[in-house]
Amino acid sequence: MSNADPLTRSPASDLPALAGGRFGEFGGRFVPETLVHPVEELERAFEAARHDEGFRDELNRLLADFAGRPTPLFHARRLSEHLGGAQVFLKREDLLHTGAHKINNCLGQGLLALRMGKTRLIAETGAGQHGVATATVAALLGLECCIYMGEEDMARQAPNVFRMRLLGAQVVGVASGSRTLKDAINEAMRDWVTNVASTHYLLGSVLGPHPYPLMVREFHRVIGQETRRQVLAATGRLPDLLVACVGGGSNAIGLFYDFLADRNVGMVGVEAGGRSLRLGDHAARFAAGSPGVLHGAYTYVLQTEDGLIASTHSVSAGLDYPAVGPEHAALYRAGRVLYTHATDEEALEAARLLARLEGIISALESAHAIAEVMKRAPKMPPEAIIVANLSGRGDKDLAIFQAAGIL
Amino acid sequence: MSVTATNRIEGRFRALRQRGAKGLVVYLTAGDPSLDDTGKLLVTLERGGADLIELGVPFSDPLADGPVIQRASERALRSGTTLRKIFERLPQWRQAVEVPLILFTYYNPVLQYGIERFAQDASTVGLDGALVVDLTPEEADGYVAAMRSRGLDTIFLASPTSPDDRLERLADLSTGFVYLISRLGVTGERQELAATVAALVSRVRRWTPLPLAVGFGVSNPAQVRQVQSLADAAVVGSALVRAIEDRYATEGVQGVERFVRWLRGD
Repeated sequence: MSNADPLTRSPASDLPALAGGRFGEFGGRFVPETLVHPVEELERAFEAARHDEGFRDELNRLLADFAGRPTPLFHARRLSEHLGGAQVFLKREDLLHTGAHKINNCLGQGLLALRMGKTRLIAETGAGQHGVATATVAALLGLECCIYMGEEDMARQAPNVFRMRLLGAQVVGVASGSRTLKDAINEAMRDWVTNVASTHYLLGSVLGPHPYPLMVREFHRVIGQETRRQVLAATGRLPDLLVACVGGGSNAIGLFYDFLADRNVGMVGVEAGGRSLRLGDHAARFAAGSPGVLHGAYTYVLQTEDGLIASTHSVSAGLDYPAVGPEHAALYRAGRVLYTHATDEEALEAARLLARLEGIISALESAHAIAEVMKRAPKMPPEAIIVANLSGRGDKDLAIFQAAGIL
Repeated sequence: MSVTATNRIEGRFRALRQRGAKGLVVYLTAGDPSLDDTGKLLVTLERGGADLIELGVPFSDPLADGPVIQRASERALRSGTTLRKIFERLPQWRQAVEVPLILFTYYNPVLQYGIERFAQDASTVGLDGALVVDLTPEEADGYVAAMRSRGLDTIFLASPTSPDDRLERLADLSTGFVYLISRLGVTGERQELAATVAALVSRVRRWTPLPLAVGFGVSNPAQVRQVQSLADAAVVGSALVRAIEDRYATEGVQGVERFVRWLRGD
């Protein structure tokens, strides 16, 4: 982790600095009273840990020796040639242990839970990647583990359910609401409010009450820090464009954050366009949502005019969620990052193309970023550089590829 | 500060104190199973002896609630209940009962309705106050000001996890009464009342002369009496909602009225 403290240093002076738990007007802490003191304790523990050399050393050791950092930055030459424009580089977070960027945050919060004397980790999961990473870290650190997962997601991401159970975690199916990620978070919050003395809630994205959006971003900043070094070493300059998929937005903020002050680096966050832009058919919060409060934060939310949270749809379980991280809401409002969306079909096609051209089977979440690269690269000159975050691998999605008829 | 409200809540607790009695607060979800039924149930609950009624606004993501109130919320949403429709019915409900009525809600429906408009309409339809379960004192300035200016009570939750400085702050922002959470966790019935109740009551008592009501897990007459021996009122939520779920269809309003009388030990 960097020594610089983002609490006192905004990456660019006209961007929203974090103050009072808010990024500009977004974020905050909207939780039942029982959880206020626990999240305040968590904030203090995190602030102490991030400035503790021993904690940082231990985390960096695990990130290197256990998770496999640094991850490569790969020049996708055949894809670049095929698209006929910009040079496309892939940040290979899919090569990390457990198959996605999620392990960065899980190792950080797992070590923090140990420091706080907690004996049990709980987490929500959508695609199962965060659940697998949490179960892995629980096994590694000798902590009890319980994962909440919507029943629909358990069915469509079954291999990850088996992985979590093999790792010793209890996986609890959530049958309420839309039976996806948002309902899993509701159930994890209910567990936490009941067992808060023994339990750390290892939230898996830049969502939730302060300090989660800040803390999870800090644990993922390593993605952008490595990318910066690697792209400079490979090309001698900074990229023209960064592209990442945005569910809660943890892989995207991890890649973007250390480039925010570089005004010549453009950034695109890609949400799930699903089947259509009708409410309930997608998870494109910036295209169709409005500011509201869900799961502890004030941010862009898909909702009805009566303030009920809408159902969402995406072929990728990890993007199938009605709210976006509050820092993304602030970056959207500031105009620093462009947010767009890719449809289910575009994501499936992008995954197929990447497999055939580069020998990489991408997670459907990350394939949304590749779909955007396919739209933009052809319009850019050959000397232009795009870095896309390949945030996860696609093994978990084989059954969906098969059902979609692209195998 | 305006004091134009009828101050039904203050009046009710004063009357109880003068009689040397303690209160019974009940919760039901508006629109469970329909808004027509809610109108009938309010009359029933008052007749059964409820001293104050919390009217739950159903929400898609009730993360502070256990399974019983989650189910009620789902039934209410299926019947098309929204905050707007609750406000439309309230003038008629208000005329039918004398008992103090407060809304028990999550924040997002209030935020989307508009905080000023929420307070204005709450006042117009004759509500006495509100409790917003995921709005903490830190985020509540605008809401408290809007409610105060119309003489509506703002009830905040105090939890066993709240340190003294938080108890002071939320007692300061509360009017009408303070709602004490008996134990950690979500709403729901429990066999045993937590041992932490007495400690929390005496901690909150240091910061405020307001009446104290204790809820979460209070589900039978023995627990009601136990809570009433420590605090000014007991709150029964999930157990009443389950009585509505189980008895209302078969026994009608009489079944629900009997349940409230049973709780009161009548």
